[in-house]
Amino acid sequence: MIVAIFTLSALAGASGLLLGFAAVRFKVEGDPVVEKIEAMLPQSQCGQCGYVGCRSYAEAIVAGEADINQCPPGGNNGIIALAELLGRDPKPLNAEYGAEQPKRVAVIDEQSCIGCTLCIQACPVDAILGAAKHMHTVIARECTGCELCLAPCPVDCIQMEPVAATITTWKWTYPVAEIEAA
Amino acid sequence: MSAWFPFHGGVKTVRHKTESSQRPIQPGLLPSRLVVPLHQHVGATAKPMVQPGDRVLKGQMIGQADGYVSAAVHAPTSGRIMAVDQQPVPHPSGLPDWCVTLETDGEDHWIERKPLDYRRLHPSDLRNAIRNAGVVGLGGAVFPSAVKMNLSGHCERLDHLILNGAECEPWMSCDDLIMRERAAEIVAGIHIMVHVLNPHQVLIGIEDDKPEAIAAMNAACAGTGYQVCPVPTRYPSGGAKQLTKLLTNKEAPVNGRSTDIGVQCFNVATAYTLHRAVNHGEPVISRIVTVTGQVAHPQNIDALLGTAFADLIAQCGGYSDGVERLIMGGPMMGFALHRDDVPVTKATNCILAASARELTLEQPVMPCIRCGDCVDVCPADLLPQQLYWYARAKEFDKARDHHLFSCIECGCCSYVCPSHIPLVQYYRYAKNEIWAREKEKQQAELARQRHRARMERLEREKQEREAKLRQKAPPSRAELVVVPGTGISERNG
Repeated sequence: MIVAIFTLSALAGASGLLLGFAAVRFKVEGDPVVEKIEAMLPQSQCGQCGYVGCRSYAEAIVAGEADINQCPPGGNNGIIALAELLGRDPKPLNAEYGAEQPKRVAVIDEQSCIGCTLCIQACPVDAILGAAKHMHTVIARECTGCELCLAPCPVDCIQMEPVAATITTWKWTYPVAEIEAA
Repeated sequence: MSAWFPFHGGVKTVRHKTESSQRPIQPGLLPSRLVVPLHQHVGATAKPMVQPGDRVLKGQMIGQADGYVSAAVHAPTSGRIMAVDQQPVPHPSGLPDWCVTLETDGEDHWIERKPLDYRRLHPSDLRNAIRNAGVVGLGGAVFPSAVKMNLSGHCERLDHLILNGAECEPWMSCDDLIMRERAAEIVAGIHIMVHVLNPHQVLIGIEDDKPEAIAAMNAACAGTGYQVCPVPTRYPSGGAKQLTKLLTNKEAPVNGRSTDIGVQCFNVATAYTLHRAVNHGEPVISRIVTVTGQVAHPQNIDALLGTAFADLIAQCGGYSDGVERLIMGGPMMGFALHRDDVPVTKATNCILAASARELTLEQPVMPCIRCGDCVDVCPADLLPQQLYWYARAKEFDKARDHHLFSCIECGCCSYVCPSHIPLVQYYRYAKNEIWAREKEKQQAELARQRHRARMERLEREKQEREAKLRQKAPPSRAELVVVPGTGISERNG
């Protein structure tokens, strides 16, 4: 009896020490699931999901505040990937937050630009170049197509234009040959 | 060498080589206009060096190699530059690409040609010269040869240098003809490769249905120690990996390179252009193109790069009846063109005017019956049926795990498929989709970094502003901070 109590207490004590040590030694900074979700999001930082930036949305998903179908730029593929990661059922994109569309980039009509810098302040990825009272321009390669620069522009000189397919970005399409009924 | 080592799979295809191989190589006619694409090779597009209105001489560089994996582009004849803009090019998409349009003056004036003494040149200088002469693999893959002639980091010395004259694709005979007529010059090109790569053995693989080419190459190789190796006629023996297996019984590891096993493989026509570039100072401005199928006089033409396909067809007497589709490359690996006014590029080995008979893929597609015929013929030892299911279901990760990227898109599986499923199309689709997603991921990561950098910058600026404000304010008040909501002042710090 005494031996059993002693043994169990010793075991419990040893395990406690071990776990305590592990908790300190192997402490994980931040939530790894948030990191994983963030890596799957398109990083357009557009805020269409209702949160400021992709990281906040990832945190909201983990906290259970947001659903996985609120990211229009990520589209259907993004939802499926998130569903797989989180072990949930995929669902269609919530139309409240917008519709999936081909990638577009912002283009500034340089004739009309008055150099107010408001779009520069709005751009989440610093993809607009310019200075006060000087013409601004969008670095097309860096533009994520978030549309956040459209609203602040006082002269409405920014347009979203679809990215044209070039010979280098062209893709073979899914074969569409109809399968004949046997 | 009589022994060879069979590769897995492959198919016996129809040959149709004699249609075009009966006439000697014909010189191409000089058209009034040449449209020379700036992207005729794997790697970065050449940077244009001319402007509309410039006069250029034959062989003058008009596009500069942009980086290590790239190649220069040259004026195929003398004349005046009309435009540097986007023009239709032979590509499965039908989209335009950057081209230099040249109005020929009919004089065909060469620029000063400077032959090089390759034995005295440092290999690195020689490689630069080869890049500047625009030498790329002419088997159809158009990989810059200068890159392949650099072994550093892969192996000390090559075991086998393989010259690919197999030409297994049906209908094509351009390599056959160049070996018959220009064998000595091919061997002169091999000398240059041997000088740089220093191989233990040089093997020249030729399918045994080309006895004239084998005889010509044997005669030219006499006394050099290079071995001409006839290999059985079985598609795709001309695939670099398949020919390597046939000749050396070696196989490169998955995701590895042929140099990992001490092998490098070049097309025979590449050796010819290498000889012209180094020993004669003539850059790549023409190539031999097989024009065959439903045309009046199928033949091989030594065509200037930039010549329109339609001009070559006209030189062959025009289309015969029943042409359904124009294909660049052979019927197995080629692709259909949207129009015939596109220019000849370094990749144009064959122009096939196909009738309905050659277009097996046009047959109605039926469901997969899981017969496994595709597995038996796959020369890359893959499971084509499994890859098909994954590509069809868009399960790209699984397709990749089943070595989708080892697929050489030879088309053997589609060729034998009793249900006529366009299998290769599915693989191309899956590969493209995987590449596109990878690229999207990289872009997203870049955007994430830029967003984070911006947030950090804004935070830093805010703190700096506050620090400045604190400095400017009178010291007595700076020590006091109002606790929000309470109205009580506390001592700071």
